[in-house]
Amino acid sequence: MTTLSRRGFLKSAAAAGAVLAVGVHPNGAVAAGAEPAVMNPFLKLATNGRVTAIVKHAEIGQGAATGLTTLIAEELGVQMDQIDFEFAPSNPQLYNNLHLGTLQGTGGSTAIANSYVQYRTAGAAARDMLINAAASDWGVSAADLSIENGTIAGAGHVAPLGDYVVAASQLDAPAEPKLKDPSEFKLIGRSDLRRKDGAAKTNGSAKFAMDLHLDNQIFATVLRSPRMGGKLVDFDASGAEGIRGFIGAEALPAINSVAIYAENTWAAFQARNAIEVTWDDSEAETRSSDQIQSEMMALLDAKPTYDVTGDAGGATSKIDEATTVVEETFYFPLLAHAPMEPLNCIIEPGEDGGVILHDAAQGTTIVHNSLSQALGLPWEKIKINVTLAGGSFGRRTTSDSDYQVEAALAFAATDRTRPVKLVWSREDDITAGFYRPAVAHRVKVGLDAEGNVLGWDHRIAAQSLIKGTVFEDFVIKDGIDATSVEGVNDTHYMVPNLYVGLSDAPKTTTVLWWRSVGHTHTAYVMESMIDVVAKAAGRDPLEFRLELLEGGDKDQVRLARVLKLAAEKANWGQAAAGRSQGLAVHKSFGSYVAEVVEVSGTAENGIQVERVTCAVDCGLAVNPDVVKAQMEGGIGYGLGHAMRNEITLTDGVVDQSNFPDYEPLRIGDIAAIDVHIVPSAEAPSGVGEPGTPPSAPALANAIAANGPRVTALPMINNGVEFL
Amino acid sequence: MAYSLKINGATQEVEAEAGTPLLWVIRDELKMTGTKFGCGVASCGACTVHLNGEPVRSCQTFIEDVEDAEVSTIEAIAEDKVGAAVQQAWVELDVAQCGYCQSGQIMSAVGLLSENAKPTIEEINDYMQGNACRCATYQRIRAAVQRASEILEA
Repeated sequence: MTTLSRRGFLKSAAAAGAVLAVGVHPNGAVAAGAEPAVMNPFLKLATNGRVTAIVKHAEIGQGAATGLTTLIAEELGVQMDQIDFEFAPSNPQLYNNLHLGTLQGTGGSTAIANSYVQYRTAGAAARDMLINAAASDWGVSAADLSIENGTIAGAGHVAPLGDYVVAASQLDAPAEPKLKDPSEFKLIGRSDLRRKDGAAKTNGSAKFAMDLHLDNQIFATVLRSPRMGGKLVDFDASGAEGIRGFIGAEALPAINSVAIYAENTWAAFQARNAIEVTWDDSEAETRSSDQIQSEMMALLDAKPTYDVTGDAGGATSKIDEATTVVEETFYFPLLAHAPMEPLNCIIEPGEDGGVILHDAAQGTTIVHNSLSQALGLPWEKIKINVTLAGGSFGRRTTSDSDYQVEAALAFAATDRTRPVKLVWSREDDITAGFYRPAVAHRVKVGLDAEGNVLGWDHRIAAQSLIKGTVFEDFVIKDGIDATSVEGVNDTHYMVPNLYVGLSDAPKTTTVLWWRSVGHTHTAYVMESMIDVVAKAAGRDPLEFRLELLEGGDKDQVRLARVLKLAAEKANWGQAAAGRSQGLAVHKSFGSYVAEVVEVSGTAENGIQVERVTCAVDCGLAVNPDVVKAQMEGGIGYGLGHAMRNEITLTDGVVDQSNFPDYEPLRIGDIAAIDVHIVPSAEAPSGVGEPGTPPSAPALANAIAANGPRVTALPMINNGVEFL
Repeated sequence: MAYSLKINGATQEVEAEAGTPLLWVIRDELKMTGTKFGCGVASCGACTVHLNGEPVRSCQTFIEDVEDAEVSTIEAIAEDKVGAAVQQAWVELDVAQCGYCQSGQIMSAVGLLSENAKPTIEEINDYMQGNACRCATYQRIRAAVQRASEILEA
C-alpha cells in the first residue's frame, strides 16, 4: 500500500490549481481561503509560488500597481520578481477606496495612502498562515519560522511557499496579523526596485483598452454638438456610403449625438467626416472666451455670493489702515487634460443580456452606476474589465461617465451581438469639454510700515467643478464648492484678517478636475502673492515665507522643511549670471512640496527653464523612484500648461483641435529637474498631483525676479516668450 | 485593394484602400498594437515606426507608399542591437509612466543612436522634439538615451 506523505498530498492537490487567497474587508477584518471568488482577495498565491496582487486602483502611470505589489511582497516575504498584478473587478463592497466612502475608484492621489495598511495586512496574514501550516506539518513552533525570498525556513526545515498553499488555505485567517516595523522593511523605501509595468511598456506588449481586439468587434465614433447644449435635429449619412468598412450611423437622442459604425478605426473616422448633422443651437452656449473673462471680472467687482471665511469687514478695515497696499488680479483659462491615449472603451455583449465593459475605468463605481442607468441593466449584469490607462490627469472620471455612456448607448443602438469599441480622436479629446474650469482671483493685501501683513482680501470667481454633478450632495456646504477655494481659505501661512469670498461663474462648457484640482490655480495665486507682498515689504521670498510658517503647527513645520531643503539644493539666492530664481511651496493631497525654478533669458527675448529643484515630504516613500517620477511629471504638466496652453471659445465653439494648437510640453522645455525626498516615518500621502501646484508659480516668480509679473495664463499670451 | 507589406522581416498581405495610414493597417488589420495612435496628424510621435531603418510617423505614411519598403515596429526592435540597448536603458531608468507614448519614443531613440552613437543633450532634445509625452518623462528619456549609448559603447 502506498501512503501519501502530507507533503505529497499537498503537491497532488496543487495540480488542481489551488490558491491561497487573502483579503481585508473595508472594516479591517482579514478574510482568507481557497476561493477567491467569495471574498475580496488583495492577493492570490498559487502552488507554483507565484503571487498575484489584485490591484484595486487604476494604473494611470502614477505607479499604483508597483506600489500595491510592493506592499504585499514586503509583508509576505517575496521578491518583486515573484509577484504579478491584475486589476480588481468592480465591487465597491470589497474594493472601495477608504478615502472615498463607499466608492471604488482612484483619485485625489490616494492610492498608496488608502492601501498602505490594507495591502500590507493581506501580505502579513498570508505570511502567518503559511508559517502556521508549515509549523504544524513539521511539528515545530511557528515562532521559529520565517519567510524570505519566497521560502519558508527555520528549525532545520526549508520549503518553497507553494508547498503550503493548500494547507494554509484551510486555516482560519489571523484576526490581527502583525505588520513589520519599518526598521524591518526590505522592499519599502528602496530606490532600486523597478516598476512592475516597465518592461511591458517598453516592448509594445502592454495592453491599453485601445489595444484590445475582441472577436467580431466593430468600431464606433461619435459626433457631438460643437456647442454645449446643442440639440441633435437630423443627420445625413449618405456621404459615408461609399467608404469601405462603413457600416451605418444611428442617432443617440439621449446624448444629442450620432454614432457611426465601421469595421475599423480609420473607416469610422472617415465616415464621421462625411456625415452632415443639423444642430439646434437655440439653447446652446454661444459665448466667446473674452466674454466669459469679462463676466468673471465683473463677478470680482461685485459682492461675492459666498463669504467663505466670515464677512469681509475685518480684512477691509485693516487694509484701510495699511501703509502699503498691493493688489493683483489673476485669470486662468480652460485647459484640456489630453492624456496620451485618446479615450476609448469596448462594450461587449455578456451573459443573459448583460455587458462587459473593457475600460481603464478610474471611477469604477461611478462608471458601473452610469452604465446601469444608461442601459437599464441591473448592476450584476454589468462586468468591468479594467485595463492599463494611457494617462488621465483627471479626465477618466466624470460625474456622468461621458465616454463610457457614449459607448454603451452606441452599443444599445445596434443589435447587441457584436462588441462595440468606441474610439475618440485627438480632436474629440481637445474639443469635447470637461476642461479645467476658468477661474479669476483678485487679492488685496495691506502691510504696515514694518512690512507685516495686516489683512488679506481674496476674491474668487470660478466655474464650479462640483455643482450639477452627482458629487454635489457630498461636497457642497452652504453653497460653497470647496474645490474652488482649497489652498486659499485653508492656507498654512499666518495671515491675519484673511477674507475669502467666492462667486460661481456660469459654465460655458463642461468642467472637470484636472491634476491637483483647485490647487492648479490657488497655489499659483497664493505663491505669486506671497512674492508680491515680500517684494513690497523688502523681504527675501524664502525668509518671508519661513517667517509666515513659524506658528509651530505640524503643517507649517513640514512646509518649512521642504522649503529649506529645496532652497539649499537649488543654491537659493546664488543663481548663475544671467539667471533668476523663483520659489513656491504648497500642501495638497496630504503632501508638502517646494520647488525652485531657475530660468535664463528674458520675457521679451525668450526664457529657458534651466532647472527645477523639488523637495517633497509625502510621508514614508514606499517607492522613492516612483515618487521622484511623479514629481518630475507633475512639474512638467504644470509648467507646460502655464507656459502655453489654453482652450478658448468663439461663439461657443472650441478654437483648438489637436496638438498643433494645444502644444504639449516638449523635451527641450525643461533642461533639468532635481527631486529630493524628505525622509519621513509619517503615513504615506499623495504624489500623483502634489508636484503640479508649486511649479507654475515658481516659474512666474523666477520671471518676475527679473521681468514682468505674469497674472494671466498662459504665459505666451501674456507677455512672455520661451526659447 | 490588396497590398503586400514587408514588416518585421515577414511579408503580410493586407486589404486596404489607397490613402489608408500605415498606422491603422498595423493596428487594426495586422493587430500589432505596440504602435500607438496619439494625434493622427504627425504631431506627437506615438505612432513612430521605421521605414528602411528611418523613423517615420505611421499616421501620415500611407499604405501605397510602403510596398517596397521594410517596415519595423516596436515588436521587433529588440532584434536590433541598438533597439535592445535602448529598451534595456528604458527599463533600467524606469522611463515609462503611463507608457502609451514610449513605443514611439523608443523608435525615435533607436533612429537617433543609429545615426549618432554619442549624441549630446542638445542633439537628443533636437531629435526627440517631435515625440510628446504627456506624463513629461523627458528627463528620463534624455538619461536613457545616454545610458543606451553607454551600453552600446561597452
